[in-house]
Amino acid sequence: MGICHTYTEDGRCVSLLKILLTNHCIYDCLYCVSRKSNNIKRAAFTVDEVVELTINFYRRNYIEGLFLSSGIFKDADFTMERLVKVAKKLRQEHKFNGYIHLKTIPGARDELMREAGLYADRLSVNLELPTSSGLKLLAPDKNHKDMIKPMASIQQDILKFKEEKKLIKSTPIFAPAGQSSQMIIGATNESDLDIIKTSSTLYQKFNLKRVYFSGYVPVLEHQNLPMLGTPVPLVRENRLYQTDWLMRFYQFNPQEIVNETYPNLDLEIDPKLSWALRNRGHFPVDVNKADYHMILRIPGVGVKSAKKIVAARKFGALNLDKLRKLGIAMNRAQHFIACGNHIGISDMDSLTLRQMILQNGKSKFSANFSPQLSLFQ
Amino acid sequence: MSFLIYDGTFDGLMTAVFESYALKLESPQVYTKDQLGPQLFEQVLEVSSDEEKALRVKTKIKSILGQNGLQMLWKATLSEGAEVGNIVLGVVRYALKTEKNILKDYGHPSVLSLQEIMKKLSRERHRMTAFVRFKLASDQVYYATIEPDFDVLPLISDHFKNRYADQKWMIFDLKRNYGIFYDLRKVIPVEFHNPEAGQSLSVISIEWDETEKEFQSLWKNYFKSTNIASRKNTKLHLQHVPRRYWKYLVEK
Repeated sequence: MGICHTYTEDGRCVSLLKILLTNHCIYDCLYCVSRKSNNIKRAAFTVDEVVELTINFYRRNYIEGLFLSSGIFKDADFTMERLVKVAKKLRQEHKFNGYIHLKTIPGARDELMREAGLYADRLSVNLELPTSSGLKLLAPDKNHKDMIKPMASIQQDILKFKEEKKLIKSTPIFAPAGQSSQMIIGATNESDLDIIKTSSTLYQKFNLKRVYFSGYVPVLEHQNLPMLGTPVPLVRENRLYQTDWLMRFYQFNPQEIVNETYPNLDLEIDPKLSWALRNRGHFPVDVNKADYHMILRIPGVGVKSAKKIVAARKFGALNLDKLRKLGIAMNRAQHFIACGNHIGISDMDSLTLRQMILQNGKSKFSANFSPQLSLFQ
Repeated sequence: MSFLIYDGTFDGLMTAVFESYALKLESPQVYTKDQLGPQLFEQVLEVSSDEEKALRVKTKIKSILGQNGLQMLWKATLSEGAEVGNIVLGVVRYALKTEKNILKDYGHPSVLSLQEIMKKLSRERHRMTAFVRFKLASDQVYYATIEPDFDVLPLISDHFKNRYADQKWMIFDLKRNYGIFYDLRKVIPVEFHNPEAGQSLSVISIEWDETEKEFQSLWKNYFKSTNIASRKNTKLHLQHVPRRYWKYLVEK
């Protein structure tokens, strides 16, 4: 279950005290408000201020822990040292047992990275942008190689400490919640295939726990950037996360969802439905007989529902009514399943079926696609 | 149809289950006194809680549904719903009839209802672990008051005991007028007796620690600045934080 302690008025979860140690920065990345050339007020927390704030918020049950990131003042080591100091002080002086996520600073000394892992639950290295070419265009002082290096060393340390722990019980735990990464989407003209390729490589190669996507918010007028006023790609961000879920919890291969033929996700429908419409041969799936793997692939059936189906059918055959009571999204599911005397549609072409599902369903994004709205935009 | 009246405790309910078998009642219904209005023509039996009978039923349930199953039935009663007695009874009768662990037979109406109660209960439990807001008093105890939909204090006690093992705290349920207090060693239930009837704990003034106000305002400030005004989404916000919880949230 989630760890949110409250939600902002825009509906986002607040679980951690998420702060920048400073917005001073020696870099000049075009997509970032803290870039060197931007004329904004600069400030910085002291180590003690962050520690006090965290521990007092935590004790009042406002937060689960701290998410600490920073602009780069002076150099990577100088900045990283301060981040590590915060985590160390919280753990050692305040016996803080909440969650700590540290954004590591690429280029910092190996010892600092290792120390960070001893105090933090999770470490992350920002990949910034999904493609190297995009990075070259918008943040020429940075390159992916420098970011991959700490990822690899964190992964090795996680494995090493785990191995040692098997032999020597007193070995400390290293970044028990693993590592994650984040990238901005929609700032360059990368395709969804590029993004998913990058994220699945990160999962496979470095065993990341999560890859986060954040839609680009226009901050600057520049020839290399989307124009100011370009809407934040919220729907795309959501579809990418859905794809990420399909890879992590639904046993999908990334190539099944995006590939050279379909390099971009269908924004109007979710990627699982999209896959099902392209692979009608697998359907209808008999919910009373099919294995868990195939049940998971039925549009409208989530992980929980799939488990319920597999558990409940042991006590007797399921029919449409029972499925509905289990809480399955029948608008989508009904066309792709067979149970009892119900057999999902097989003679309708995918395009018509897609239209039918869209018309009968209500998407939280429908406003984004409504033709009426676009008249006034 | 016969009605069995139990005292609202889990043992009471288990005794009622026992009696429904002992008396060979057909389609019995169980309620607490408050849940069942006056009945003119039906047979109404008041059952007094009996530890021994309850234990026999619990042992039997445990042998079929396991410790977790029994625990689940107990938890369900914390929901205080009007039909919860009948749902538990329905599940127990179905289990005894089939002699099988039927807790995942979601096709059965009582099992499905039980699962729905568990879902609601766990949501409320989860909300309370998130929405409790402690205030530090000058006696260095952290206080919080809540008014949960269900009687969830027994379900959140361990969570807070493990999380805040080195601070004294108290969480008080204003709706049910009792609380739990952690004294750095164990959690103990506390009741609140006010000489002046009709007053609730919220009326009693507690002297707060001098730093309390400052951290509250820092938190409010943080909460406000995390929000992106141009992405305001009230529907989603209310779905996550329903209005009835607002009065105990510092940031609202």
